[in-house]
Amino acid sequence: MVNIAHFIPVFPFVAFWLNIIFGCRLGVACAYVSVGASAISAVLAVLVFMGLQAGGGSYVLTPWLSVNGHPISLGIIVDSLTVMMLLVVTIVGTLIQIYSIGYMGGDPRFTRYFAYISLFMSSMLGLVLVDNLFLLYIFWEGVGLCSCLLVAFWYEKPAAAAAGIKAFITTRVGDTGLLLGILLLMSVGHSLRFADMSVISAPEPLMVLAALLIFMGAVGKSAQFPLHVWLPDAMEGPTAVSALIHAATMVAAGVYLVARCYPLFTAHPLALQTVAVIGAISAVMAASIACFANDIKKVLAYSTISQLGLMMLGLGAGGYTGGTFHLMTHAFFKALLFLGAGSVIHAVHTQDIRAMGGLFNKMKVTSVTFIIGALALAGVAPLSGFWSKDEILTAVWQHGNLGLFIAAVTTSFLTAFYMTRLILLAFFGESRGAHKAHESPAVMTMPLVILAFFALFLGFAGSPWAHHAFQRFIAPEEGEVALDLGMAVASTVIACAGILTAFLLRGKFLGYKEGTCALIENKYYFDEIYDALFVKPFHRLAAAVARFDQVRVDGVVNGVSRCVQELAQASRSLQTGLVENYLLAQAGGVFVLIVVVTLVGKLCHIF
Amino acid sequence: MIPLGHFVILSAVLFCIGLFGVLTQRNAIRFLISVEIILNAANINLVACNRYLAPANAEGQVVSLFVIGVAAAASVVGLILIISVYRQRKSVFLDDFNLLKW
Repeated sequence: MVNIAHFIPVFPFVAFWLNIIFGCRLGVACAYVSVGASAISAVLAVLVFMGLQAGGGSYVLTPWLSVNGHPISLGIIVDSLTVMMLLVVTIVGTLIQIYSIGYMGGDPRFTRYFAYISLFMSSMLGLVLVDNLFLLYIFWEGVGLCSCLLVAFWYEKPAAAAAGIKAFITTRVGDTGLLLGILLLMSVGHSLRFADMSVISAPEPLMVLAALLIFMGAVGKSAQFPLHVWLPDAMEGPTAVSALIHAATMVAAGVYLVARCYPLFTAHPLALQTVAVIGAISAVMAASIACFANDIKKVLAYSTISQLGLMMLGLGAGGYTGGTFHLMTHAFFKALLFLGAGSVIHAVHTQDIRAMGGLFNKMKVTSVTFIIGALALAGVAPLSGFWSKDEILTAVWQHGNLGLFIAAVTTSFLTAFYMTRLILLAFFGESRGAHKAHESPAVMTMPLVILAFFALFLGFAGSPWAHHAFQRFIAPEEGEVALDLGMAVASTVIACAGILTAFLLRGKFLGYKEGTCALIENKYYFDEIYDALFVKPFHRLAAAVARFDQVRVDGVVNGVSRCVQELAQASRSLQTGLVENYLLAQAGGVFVLIVVVTLVGKLCHIF
Repeated sequence: MIPLGHFVILSAVLFCIGLFGVLTQRNAIRFLISVEIILNAANINLVACNRYLAPANAEGQVVSLFVIGVAAAASVVGLILIISVYRQRKSVFLDDFNLLKW
């Protein structure tokens, strides 16, 4: 049953071409093509999941390339991690596309939107299915392309176009690292298959370097420090895109990559330690920025960076199940939060939470589902986020590094704090904007309700009541897992403390004077630093090159053309238009020829 | 029998007269007549060489017949052109026919 897995990305891919070619004629119906394709993929993913109980495995579709005698095949890997990702991507993707029917309704590029989304689904599903890094890189770039296209979807807005370019170039930095890592692994390890990761034998420093380079790709894609700057800007895209690509699935690809290459990292503690430290820095830094952000989508974007950092921290601390579990639960509740935010933006036409307020009574469904998502994100028992975050905290605690543990706890606290602040400002209190908020149509609220259901109950898959079904599913070799009761209580207390702090400070949010915490408010000046370090010098270099091109290169080209012109001008006078002149020249020429031929004949005769 | 050299000299003299006419005459009709003289110089040369150098063959005579035919056709075209230009320009002087000049 598992060997139907490679059909899963095919359906969205076909939908992409249908929408691109027949989009004009299909009109609104193209949405149903895309939704239908991902629904079929979701059904297939469920079938593969059920088939996996009978035993998974990888299979080769066809041999493809051979590098120095080492084959690279079109191979598919089907194991618990892949199936988990398949389910998350197809289910969340289908729900978000249904939501998009309402959210994108009336957009002039409606069909193109769904075409791009289908292409993204196809790339993402391919990414999680392939069994070697080489193929993964192809799909990796595919999702990057779709991300860029969809961030800059409303390219009439200069900010959106700039954000698309920024997203593309910033992730390109990480992708270059990934490419170098793949090449290094191929040249020293002779295999790119994930199954061979644990048995590659090569000099230690080279393997550490390969692991770090691969992690660099993950850093770019998952928007981790120091390549996190593109994700907040990516919020210029449609909110549904933010939900699908920049919260639930694509940015999780980095975490997936680390989890997929996990044997490579565990074999080299230095690499694993780097993952943990980068994750911890990203988690705390982004969470602190989120506390001061006033744009509802920016808060969620920084929250995403922070949560992805937490997953990296969990993986780096040896908590494979924790990291992957949080990846799954986060996909659902973060998608829910973004879709909820989209619903709010749809209603009030502003993204500034200071201009909202009092939406709870006007938008019951959105509010309730949003609050469920926020509580899940904050890690309140027994919602889904609680179980996965608890798992990560336990792993970091057992890892034994106090600094990392403090980072994880701080992140949990700040997460609870900024989500409560967001809810208090957006949904409660006085209505502060001159807007008539209304509930969104059913096509938008229905996915919210379904996602809220997942956010509520998905965590139980990893709870003692389900006998830790998720942990046994994802990592059966780790043996018996038990809930650390102390840690569970501690994490709940941390979450409640964050919520309580936000409640105590709620009066000060609106009257907060900007500039009090300038460092954090300005996002630690990362944009400014990068601007001064990379963008400005590059612009200067580009200007210098352009000058050289215009003055020197163009000068040569213009010089050549002017030479030709001058020559032509000079030779124009030869054409008199008088036939006698031509004939005279002709006769003279013949005379000269005769003389030359005769003389040459004479000379030949002499010698 | 008249030696070949006489024919060749006659032919060369005729050719030079034709060439002189072509280079000096401004009148298009005279120009055309000069061209005909050149062609006839060539014909004399062809026939004489044929007769003296390869009496068994007749290529030179055949070619000179072709030249006469083609020259007739060519002078017809030339005269037509001169007439049509004359209708436009009211002139048969070649100096006035510089239409193709830049």
